[in-house]
Amino acid sequence: MTLARADQASRRYGDVLALDRVDLEVRAGELVGLLGPNGAGKSTLMNLLVGLRRPTSGRVELFGGDPRDPASRRQIGVTPQETGLPGTLRVGEVVDFVSAHYPDPVPRGELLDRFGIGDLVRRQTGGLSGGQRRRLAVALAFVGRPRLVLLDEPTTGLDVTARHTLWDAIRAFHDDGGTVLLSSHYLEEVEALARRVVVIGQGRVLVDDTVDAVRGIVGVRRVSLVADELPELPGVVRTERIDGRLHLLTTDSDELVRALVTTGTVFTDLEVRPTSLEEAFLAITGEDQPAIEGQPATATAGGRPTTV
Amino acid sequence: MQLALVHARYQLLEVIRIPVAVFGSAFFPAAAMIFFVVPFAGDDSAGATFATASMVTFSVMSANIFQYGVGVAEDRAQPWNPYTRTLPAGPAPRFAGRVLAGLALTYLSLIPVAVIGATLTAAQLSPAAFLLALGAVAIISVPFTLMGLAIGYSLPSKAAIVVAQVVFLPLAFGGGLLSAPGDAPGFIETIAPFLPTRGAAELMWAAVGDYAVEPLALIMLGVWVVLLATLAAWAYRRDEGRRFS
Repeated sequence: MTLARADQASRRYGDVLALDRVDLEVRAGELVGLLGPNGAGKSTLMNLLVGLRRPTSGRVELFGGDPRDPASRRQIGVTPQETGLPGTLRVGEVVDFVSAHYPDPVPRGELLDRFGIGDLVRRQTGGLSGGQRRRLAVALAFVGRPRLVLLDEPTTGLDVTARHTLWDAIRAFHDDGGTVLLSSHYLEEVEALARRVVVIGQGRVLVDDTVDAVRGIVGVRRVSLVADELPELPGVVRTERIDGRLHLLTTDSDELVRALVTTGTVFTDLEVRPTSLEEAFLAITGEDQPAIEGQPATATAGGRPTTV
Repeated sequence: MQLALVHARYQLLEVIRIPVAVFGSAFFPAAAMIFFVVPFAGDDSAGATFATASMVTFSVMSANIFQYGVGVAEDRAQPWNPYTRTLPAGPAPRFAGRVLAGLALTYLSLIPVAVIGATLTAAQLSPAAFLLALGAVAIISVPFTLMGLAIGYSLPSKAAIVVAQVVFLPLAFGGGLLSAPGDAPGFIETIAPFLPTRGAAELMWAAVGDYAVEPLALIMLGVWVVLLATLAAWAYRRDEGRRFS
């Protein structure tokens, strides 16, 4: 059963096309990671799915209905930005307030304990630390016993312990049959939680695949060197020659360098660099995009790259 | 409806946690009572009653313009507000809750004025007239609520504070709230009927004493309500369109 769906959904803000004909289906029981750099369109997609925004064209659906209809939102849970919690209200009051919107909310104490903030019931949210506020914000998504939770960057800015507490809670929800759509710009987070990853870049779905497949793509490194002739090398996904330097994109740079040395190839000026998410995806998908600012502009320099 | 009460309750909680906010809207009319009404009209029963009713009008106006104008503008800047829109309820209960909370706070801000009127002046009110006055307060809250909403939905909070301050004093003086009925300086008597404050004050005066309302002021009050409702609705829709469409 499909709980959330985007069908050719586009969203434009003035001149900016934030989402470009996005297709997405989240089925019951899945834990889907939405991965992409900042500004890729993840939050816009989330906002469409929870009914805060309307697609400029295309359709979005929640439990088969329009997300803008409150009835469609009865079985979802959403996280507020932690900076937005009403500072003068106590933790318990915020939970009670959200609970009042649902027919069968999780008891307050049980919910707060699950997120390790049971001892903060009486504290005003304005006095909490960033991590505590973030945990409360995520807890609020689970108050109404949702079937689907949509978590927009749930652990950004958290320390390791707090992050693991949240991950455990999200996993426990999923193990009980809950469905999760979670956005992040950390591959690590998506790897830790999700089995399926949807990669978004520049408003479009670039990849929709398993974590393993995406890890293979994102783990790509750039090995560059000066050499005349190269033998057949393992794990090379793309080769390009720019200003006399050879750039090899590889899934296993260690193996590649070992092979280079053992074959006795003559080379100088060896460099191994990680590729950014954007670079990796743009390279793999063969998009003819200008390089992202601050990133090496080599991905598309020197003409159309050969895509493998 | 249940949810509207929940929203009202939490909005009141938020305000009451910062008591200065409540104190602010009650302070000016109470101070005006002490400085203008008690010394000048304190001994004359009818005059003191009318003057107290004027101050009540003043209080209703400032409470509503400020709490909606500034409150709504501040709310719009908070990410909490969009979050509540993702709850399975939509914007209506929050809006209704805001209006209920606003009315409750308006009555709260009237307590000092009423207490000063009853204890330090010769103002007198029969229980029936008191109930009538309570009802009149709800009615005259309408134009000022709409004015506050129009300000709050069309301006960012810093501008809203300034505009609220700029409109409320001229409205109070121009409407003749600081003079006895029919006793304001000449030019104020001329412009007063055209301001919403005068129509509101006339209703209050009629509720508490033997006062024949001026039809022009009431008609103009009706015009203001329509005008401000249109403006508030326009500002609300524009804001919805910007943030939620």
